[in-house]
Amino acid sequence: MKLDTQLLADVSAFLNVEADMLDNKEYSQWLDLWVESGLYIVPVDHSVTDYENNLNVAYDNHEMRELRIARLTSGEAISTQMSDKTVRTLSRFRVLDDIDGVVRVRCAYSLFENNINGLRTYPANLQFKLVRDGGSFKIAEKVVKIMQSSQHLTTVSYLF
Amino acid sequence: MTSKIEVKNISCTADLVEEDRVHKSLYSDPNIFEEELDKVFNNTWVWVAHESEVAEVGSYKTAKIGRQPVIVSRDRKKNVHVLQNRCRHRGATVCEGKKGKTKAFTCPYHGWGYGLDGSLRALPKPEEYDNILDKSEFGLVKIRTESYQGMIFATLNDSIEPLVDFLGGAKKWIDLFMKQGGGYPIKTMGDHRFRFPGNWKIQLENTTDAYHFPIVHKSFITSIDEEAKEVFDFLDGEGFVEDLGNGHSVMVMIPELVDLEANLDEPIPERYADLAKELSAEGHSDAEVRKLVRAVGGSGFNLNMFPNIACSMAFFRNLVPISVNETEIHHVALGGEGAPQAFNQKRMRLHEHFQGPMGFGTPDDGEAWERVQAGSHAGKDGWIMVNRGMSKLTTSKDGNVKGAVCSETGMRAAYQQYKKTMSK
Repeated sequence: MKLDTQLLADVSAFLNVEADMLDNKEYSQWLDLWVESGLYIVPVDHSVTDYENNLNVAYDNHEMRELRIARLTSGEAISTQMSDKTVRTLSRFRVLDDIDGVVRVRCAYSLFENNINGLRTYPANLQFKLVRDGGSFKIAEKVVKIMQSSQHLTTVSYLF
Repeated sequence: MTSKIEVKNISCTADLVEEDRVHKSLYSDPNIFEEELDKVFNNTWVWVAHESEVAEVGSYKTAKIGRQPVIVSRDRKKNVHVLQNRCRHRGATVCEGKKGKTKAFTCPYHGWGYGLDGSLRALPKPEEYDNILDKSEFGLVKIRTESYQGMIFATLNDSIEPLVDFLGGAKKWIDLFMKQGGGYPIKTMGDHRFRFPGNWKIQLENTTDAYHFPIVHKSFITSIDEEAKEVFDFLDGEGFVEDLGNGHSVMVMIPELVDLEANLDEPIPERYADLAKELSAEGHSDAEVRKLVRAVGGSGFNLNMFPNIACSMAFFRNLVPISVNETEIHHVALGGEGAPQAFNQKRMRLHEHFQGPMGFGTPDDGEAWERVQAGSHAGKDGWIMVNRGMSKLTTSKDGNVKGAVCSETGMRAAYQQYKKTMSK
């Protein structure tokens, strides 16, 4: 198996920036990482591929991403008032394919939340569709397959 | 000479419920929780499924009655069964999936195999049971089940009243709620599940609590358009809460959306204009489009049924008590069976907008409920007030006690049933 280590390095550098923005709540910069038609999806059922015709935990197009960021930052939502920064780590990057300027990549993910009820951990598999944009990428699709999502989660007031 | 001997008043749990207030220990006392599992959940009708969740032969869903795991299954003759999820041999659960399809339930421990109706069909090496085991007596234990309008309930108490009698005044509102398929039968479309660190009754109360809406859900209201904001600005409107008896209540927030098959000639709201256009482009008649669009946002009321299920605007809210300070909530999304794809998609997107772990509404409810649970530990004594609107009660057309939309009439209804149940 031949590895394109340059592409792997580019992709992981980009996704680490994305993760860093979310942990540090740099939401307006995060919104700029997306192509207009991009979709942010947290499915309930991991076997689903037709997200549009299934119920998801989140299924955000451009408008919903903007509304969600407004909700998380306005101070109106009581669940966001006490929320601390999250810490997330990404690893095990694998480029699945690179066709017509769209790179499909997946990686392992773990998010830690400092909650008043104790430390919460959310392991997940992430899948991205990235579109080349100059020397970097834009996100066309982000799918967050949280391990417990088909069983039960807790309420969440940040972005995975 | 006589001397007074001070006798400490030993109160039972039922005494902790008064007409206008309930004691905070109902949220935090683990002994009371155990008593509730026995007296409430093991002795009343508990909702376990909607028939669309077990639509086909071989479909099953796992559920809980209180703490007891059960299986809801549909057999080859299309009959629905509710079965104890426990092998009759050494007691392992025989089904661990959330839902699915199967031909049989096979115990993973020693391979005893049960049919969809719970009957014991086969077991490995049967010769050692010669003359000592009658298979016909060792099926999965069947639990009494009855249904109304596709809502499947079960009870561990064989002597309580029929389901339709228990539902009583709630039936009229279930009938109205089931009109939101837009002319198609209601079907479930998956669910959101989450747990919060709080007692189950905190959620039970919330379903008919309009008072919290503009406060807790301010960020949701900010996220919707002006026309929708007016719809959700219902505290000063003509809405009401009615005590339907047996612990059930209905909170009507948007009276004009009580009957989704009426007033079909009303203008189509701006927020559904794209949906209407899409449905028209697909060839649906104007009458069909109007019916679908009117139904897409759900009914203008929350029907809260004691103890574990609500028909809440556009979804089923099912609560599962886990422990005295933990509750699991299922928000079941609903659509129309055979309805246009665009209609069902819109319903799912609306559900995701407010409901579930990442909705624009639920996390804020969860925060408020957590605070209630945390607050229940403050002080030695303390009461939860549910007296709002008590001085302005009237009688509804159906002869029920009725209060303002933001009254606590629904909570009082639930707690009086709770008191009755806990007194037994």
